[in-house]
Amino acid sequence: MRGTLAARTAPYRAVLASRVRAQRSYRASFRMDLLGSLLVGLVELAEVWVLFHGVGRIGGLDLGQVLLVFGLADVAYSVADLLVGHCDGLAGFVRRGTFDVFYLRPQPLLLQLVTSDISLRRLARAAVGIAALVTGLVVNDVALTPVAVGLLALALVSGVAVSSAMFVLAAGVQFFVVDGAELTNAFVYGGRYASTQPASVWSRPVKAAFVFLFPVAFTGYLPVVTLLGLPGTDWLPAWLGWCAPLAAVWAWGLALLSWRVGVRHYQGGGG
Amino acid sequence: MRATARTYARLLAAGFRRGSAYPLAALGGLVANATFGLLKVGILFATLDAAGGELNGYDVGAMSAYIWLSQGLLGSVNLYGRTDVAERIKNGDIAVDFARPLDVQAASIALELGSRLFALLPRGLPSVLIGVLLVGMSMPTTPLPYLLGALSVLLGITLSCTTVYLVAASRFWLVEGRGLEILYMVASGFLAGLFVPVPLFPGWLRTLASATPFPSMLQHPVDVLSGRVDLATSLGLVAVQAAWLVVTAALGAVLTRAGRVRLEVQGG
Repeated sequence: MRGTLAARTAPYRAVLASRVRAQRSYRASFRMDLLGSLLVGLVELAEVWVLFHGVGRIGGLDLGQVLLVFGLADVAYSVADLLVGHCDGLAGFVRRGTFDVFYLRPQPLLLQLVTSDISLRRLARAAVGIAALVTGLVVNDVALTPVAVGLLALALVSGVAVSSAMFVLAAGVQFFVVDGAELTNAFVYGGRYASTQPASVWSRPVKAAFVFLFPVAFTGYLPVVTLLGLPGTDWLPAWLGWCAPLAAVWAWGLALLSWRVGVRHYQGGGG
Repeated sequence: MRATARTYARLLAAGFRRGSAYPLAALGGLVANATFGLLKVGILFATLDAAGGELNGYDVGAMSAYIWLSQGLLGSVNLYGRTDVAERIKNGDIAVDFARPLDVQAASIALELGSRLFALLPRGLPSVLIGVLLVGMSMPTTPLPYLLGALSVLLGITLSCTTVYLVAASRFWLVEGRGLEILYMVASGFLAGLFVPVPLFPGWLRTLASATPFPSMLQHPVDVLSGRVDLATSLGLVAVQAAWLVVTAALGAVLTRAGRVRLEVQGG
């Protein structure tokens, strides 16, 4: 069984290994990418800090608590971006006609697209998220009981799944709107921006969009409310953080449906 | 002289038409703009609420005007750092541009400016309309702020083109220009006041921002157009924008001339 698994994953591992080698061979360029990625993470953290430092408490969270939200959500997003972020560039493949190459290989399309690249530079951004998360845990004096650790692990794994699903969902939609790929920025990058905010400040339509339809609130805010035992708010009871795995399943269901419909719609690049 | 002006006017019009060639892209951009706008409404209104309804001169109406005007300008102000001319310098096509009887800097800025001005129609105005209809905002009731605001918006968009041109011109010297583009992208959005208005920055950060051209691209046009600042301050802000425009355009001209001397195109 193990032998067949190794044999089956060999082509994917070969591609990924080549992508890793490629990124590491241009060292100066890779270092610059790492630095850029680090700066993006830091500036996003600074945006949160500027708001909270001025007024102390927003949406029921103080700066220390929002650090936890930012950390959890940003680690999840960065890891998802590292693994499947390139799916968001599907419109480019379709426009250049290079997507048809995937059809020539006897492997599932989505799996090929996912394993076609890996963006190691996102590691720098994940580092910012991890730093924020650890600082948040220390500042809030979170006792690392088995329940707390379990909730954090659940939140991180589900968070990566939700964020990855957004990229795949975007890819599916881009089969239809090749010229309007910016449309998917609304839930991919809008979702990322939303995930680092306290969801308690949103109006109900925004909650419907980013808690239930594109469930990015489950990658940061909701698990933090549950973890810290904060009171629940309108539409968002305190126990909702435990439902992060459900959100992950829903998001992936949506993503796979979008991918399937998209692939069915695709007529080929005429090559 | 008149013939030259007509050439650049035609380039401007060509850029405008190029922008109109992708209506779906404009629609996609609008949806993304509106989504980000609603998210900004959530967090920034909650910030005002936490501050007791008023913060550094912003009340709910002024904040709403800031949010929707800045979202409306987003498609027209280049905060990404990428341009077509950068690619042409990298791959050597710029040599062809130098052979034309046109100023390379002025021509590429005219083309870029045209398509960015077009974006005001499908992305700018509807974003503001969404803000007015869904959230409401306080806007001036006299015509003067609108006139001055239109000038300020035009200056801001042009300034973003002249500044991004500087990033592109760096490619005459740098083989890998992406680093500077990333730096521009990171700095511009933050310091232009895209997610947090510059007046909410702590003092030292505000000073840092005002030492760069970025607030002149977004924050200043929004301040002038929304009438958040009085007339004298508005005139001052427009003067600052004009000064940055002159400085960046002059620097771009110097870099273009120096770059042309340095340019080496391989191949036959």
